[in-house]
Amino acid sequence: MAASPKAGTLDVNKIRADFPILDVEVQPGVKLVYLDSGASSQKPVQVIEAMDRYYRHENSNIHRGVHTLAENATEAYEIARGKVAKFINAAKPREIVFTRNATEAVNLVAFSWGRANLKEGDLVVLTEMEHHANLVPWQMLAAEKGIRLEFIPVTEDGLLDMAALPDLLAQKPKLVGFTAMSNVLGTITPAAEIVRLAHEAGALALIDGAQSVPHMPTDVQALDVDFLVFSSHKMLGPTGLGVLYGKLALLEAMPPFLGGGDMIKRVELRSFTANEVPQKFEAGTPAIAEVIGLGAAVDYLNAVGMDAIAAHDHELTAYALERLEEVPGVRIFGPSADHKSSNASFTFEGAHPHDVAEILNRHGVATRAGHHCAMPLHNKFGIPSTTRASFYLYNTKQEIDQLVEALYKVKEIFG
Amino acid sequence: MDDLYREVIIDRYQNPRFRGELDPHDYSYQDDNPVCGDHVRIDLRVDESETVTEAKFSGDGCSISQASADLLVEKITGMKLEDVRKLGKADILEMLGIELGPVRLKCALLSLKVLKGGVYGLDDVMTLDELAAS
Repeated sequence: MAASPKAGTLDVNKIRADFPILDVEVQPGVKLVYLDSGASSQKPVQVIEAMDRYYRHENSNIHRGVHTLAENATEAYEIARGKVAKFINAAKPREIVFTRNATEAVNLVAFSWGRANLKEGDLVVLTEMEHHANLVPWQMLAAEKGIRLEFIPVTEDGLLDMAALPDLLAQKPKLVGFTAMSNVLGTITPAAEIVRLAHEAGALALIDGAQSVPHMPTDVQALDVDFLVFSSHKMLGPTGLGVLYGKLALLEAMPPFLGGGDMIKRVELRSFTANEVPQKFEAGTPAIAEVIGLGAAVDYLNAVGMDAIAAHDHELTAYALERLEEVPGVRIFGPSADHKSSNASFTFEGAHPHDVAEILNRHGVATRAGHHCAMPLHNKFGIPSTTRASFYLYNTKQEIDQLVEALYKVKEIFG
Repeated sequence: MDDLYREVIIDRYQNPRFRGELDPHDYSYQDDNPVCGDHVRIDLRVDESETVTEAKFSGDGCSISQASADLLVEKITGMKLEDVRKLGKADILEMLGIELGPVRLKCALLSLKVLKGGVYGLDDVMTLDELAAS
């Protein structure tokens, strides 16, 4: 990887030229201002073309085939696995398991590791700011196995209440699962510290990196994290694809997840022998084109530089907070800019978030309204929903100005 | 500014005429729109002739869902239950007087779904998707 450009040196105009969708007019004469990357990022031509090339020239099922196309497709698929491994500094490509999405990756851990290793009364510690994807699989396991769930609280200013962690860890949890960046508050949690404390207490650590991996450099070996899940489509890649990173020894000790083709070494009528990691967890034909697309997305992110992207996203977030604070009636959730990145969630006095998003859309500004798959977090703040603007490498300060201008139109209508 | 935010909708959202709960009531039902978390509850009182004598709504949500609930509750007051059961998507759209895209249509129809849940009982209620496609 080439040396990353320094903060503030992102050539956003050059980047924007790679994203054809940014030229779309959402209504006649109204150009798209895309502030919804937290839900799904846009895709550069490099990713679209990699998938197109695969379907035009390489399409074939992977593994077992000996014909040229099958060999080429298998190679392309495994090269992409290697790129993803390197992107998060995994020790081996085999530690990368492709899933349908980050949600499925959490479910895989809960289903496979959780069922094999947790028994009634065992404790799993999560946080109050988790996305439903890192809550519901554990709730389902709790219903099935009688495990206990406890939560690191969220403070009024949207940080994890680290003072509460020692008491939770003293109860000897088996696993601590937490987001590295909140999809609602933008909070960057002290991931390395939580992993270290979890390990000291004898627990494994799982990080939900769906928001953090696209927006900042990730080094699983430096973090020493046991499991990391993230999502292709939030980091310039295609939908239908998620990633589970797991330490090899853990993955090898875990029973299979889904059963079927590819995940076996040998099958008899009444029994099977599971394949090696990672194929053991990749039953059936995987999302081949999408994996190749994700490989191209990783190439793109590396070429721009994750340090530069992190600096850019943080600068935009800080600017957005500053501008939003000027608008009367706007209440922003989450910590100050020092502790967050990539999004700003807010309410607007007198107007429901759904109406706010609708009016912003009239001005081309795409945001998201709702509970953002974090209903318990919204309950905590006593609100049913928020409007969220989220930012990525192709966004500009001018687009945030457009957001703010459009918010004044909300004020005109809802007074 | 535009049709969606007609004066009547903003007015009903900001100054609802029929917000509240009825206790006791003859019918009460509530439901959510999982897409956006809108919540509506409708309480009804009916007399011996199965005519709605009083109706109230409560809940929270966007202007479309809440204004629609307020207008619907007003509309059914004095109606026979058999006529209330006949109300459909077209009646709601006519009442609101606006065109709605597929997402906001469900905001508008949430109150109808709740009403039908109350007067039909749970088993006969269409999902929001089915109502929107009706």
